[in-house]
Amino acid sequence: MWEMASPRVAFGKALVDIGRENSDLVVLGADLSSSTKTSYFEKEFPERFFNCGIAEANMMGVASGLAASGKVVVASTFAVFATGRCYDQIRQSIAYPRLNVKIVASHAGITVGGDGASHQTAEDIALMKVLPNMRVVVPADAIEAKKATRAIIEADGPFYMRMGRSDVPTITKEEDPFEIGKATIMRDGSDVALIGTGIMVSQALKAAEMLKLEGIDAMVVNMSTLKPLDEDTTIKAAKRTGAIVTAEEHSVIFGLGNSVAMTLGEKYPVPVRRVGIPDTFGESGEWNELMVKYGLTPENIVSSAKEIMKQK
Amino acid sequence: MLGPDEIRELSLKANAVRRHIIEMVYAAGSGHPGGSLSATDIIVALYFKLMNYDPENPKWEDRDRFVLSKGHAAPALYATLAELGVFPVEELLTLRKVGSRLQGHPDMRKLPGIEASTGSLGQGLSIANGMALAAKLDRKLYNVYVMLGDGEIEEGQVWEAAMFASHYKLDNLIAFLDRNRLQIDGETEQVMSIEPIADKWKAFGWEVREINGHDFKEIVDAVDWAKEVKGKPVMIVAHTVKGKGVSFMEGSVHFHGKPPNDEEYRIALQDIDAERERIFGGGP
Repeated sequence: MWEMASPRVAFGKALVDIGRENSDLVVLGADLSSSTKTSYFEKEFPERFFNCGIAEANMMGVASGLAASGKVVVASTFAVFATGRCYDQIRQSIAYPRLNVKIVASHAGITVGGDGASHQTAEDIALMKVLPNMRVVVPADAIEAKKATRAIIEADGPFYMRMGRSDVPTITKEEDPFEIGKATIMRDGSDVALIGTGIMVSQALKAAEMLKLEGIDAMVVNMSTLKPLDEDTTIKAAKRTGAIVTAEEHSVIFGLGNSVAMTLGEKYPVPVRRVGIPDTFGESGEWNELMVKYGLTPENIVSSAKEIMKQK
Repeated sequence: MLGPDEIRELSLKANAVRRHIIEMVYAAGSGHPGGSLSATDIIVALYFKLMNYDPENPKWEDRDRFVLSKGHAAPALYATLAELGVFPVEELLTLRKVGSRLQGHPDMRKLPGIEASTGSLGQGLSIANGMALAAKLDRKLYNVYVMLGDGEIEEGQVWEAAMFASHYKLDNLIAFLDRNRLQIDGETEQVMSIEPIADKWKAFGWEVREINGHDFKEIVDAVDWAKEVKGKPVMIVAHTVKGKGVSFMEGSVHFHGKPPNDEEYRIALQDIDAERERIFGGGP
């Protein structure tokens, strides 16, 4: 099976590498740098790291002012605070003026675990993808987190990149290409397409193996950019299979499933089933137990696939 | 020091800016005359006397920056930039019209000379922090000026930003508080007590001075002093009159976000023209 590795650690290390090449890179933290792993950058480049304290709103404004003065800024904290607490600051001071700020959040979704609903967010992708000028990237594993960190820093303009707290299976390879706005077909198939993002891509791959045992040939797509959505690959998957299951560690209301369903509804209607966090707050627990309780499992993807195939 | 000729020149500029504000807001049929008029003298003093600024090159990287955190006073900033020649004066009357570069609140991506997109209150000081920090990182000598409204400091983010500025010793940051005592729902002290203002900023680690925000000599002296302060940000609490320069708007809460009607427009221009005559005549 796959090795486990931490996307946030990969992000933290990538920042150090990029910081060596790019002296305009400035990193901001909000008393969580040891959790978001911006602490690596702080250790290496103390003159270009600024702890803003437990004051996320100001951090977003500081990021705006630095970017308006020519800096590339990474502002990092937990996803629930980055997007929920600072929505207006991101909207007014970063997205609207289209400034070169990368909001990189860890501890997204319910895999936060024991901290419970106050620290879990299933709404962050929704909040960020609705903002004009904002692009949203969700790496599937640590290797992709490293590549995505570089890609969003090299591309001009605002980004939101989301990662979880837990280690996730390493399902991509160093040599795989990574491009913002491009989905990857991880496995071809003709009966049903499983489109996942983040930690749910590995769950979709497991589901595809389980479906294979039942004679069902499932395609698996890694949708690592949620906005702009790779519509071409989405439509291609719909044309090839005629049935789609989306899988995300995010509310089903306005996340990946919503983007895929809207795109296909307008351009190539096929039955779609969304696997994700239902319209509810989370709770404390071990992250892998919460995955099971909230239906973020290969088994749930498998049953959704079989149901949706009946609607073809 | 500011000589009498310079004071006269600044007074004339401020008078022209006030005329533009009334004309713009009247033509737009909406906007915020009260807080624009209270902020006018400070913004004019900054751009015409104090800031290191090249109107022909508003992106010059060594320029002093001005962030209008109370973005609803945009007409005062637009009129000042137009008078400086950053964009044509004729464009002022497009304020708030479809397709205009002069948005109801400043948009840095649309109009040259705008340093920050503001409007949602409480955010400009944080942005100014970032700019001041960038100057330190780049070892540049420019100053960052920012103007906050007095009602605006009810926003919690302002105090996060206040802590940040003193923590990082941003002595290239000079803030003005436009203390006109009024916000939309009434007097600040009735809506939400913000006093003692000076003590609050001092407690947050700032150097503070209080001035009359309509006295050019006091404005210029305060900034000259602020530039000498080392290791701390500076807050200049500028006592002002909302609606300054238009008789029926002065001290009135009703013209926070309302344009004059036809009759009021006529009177407002009369008031402003009379002030212009007074400046020319050197009278009291």
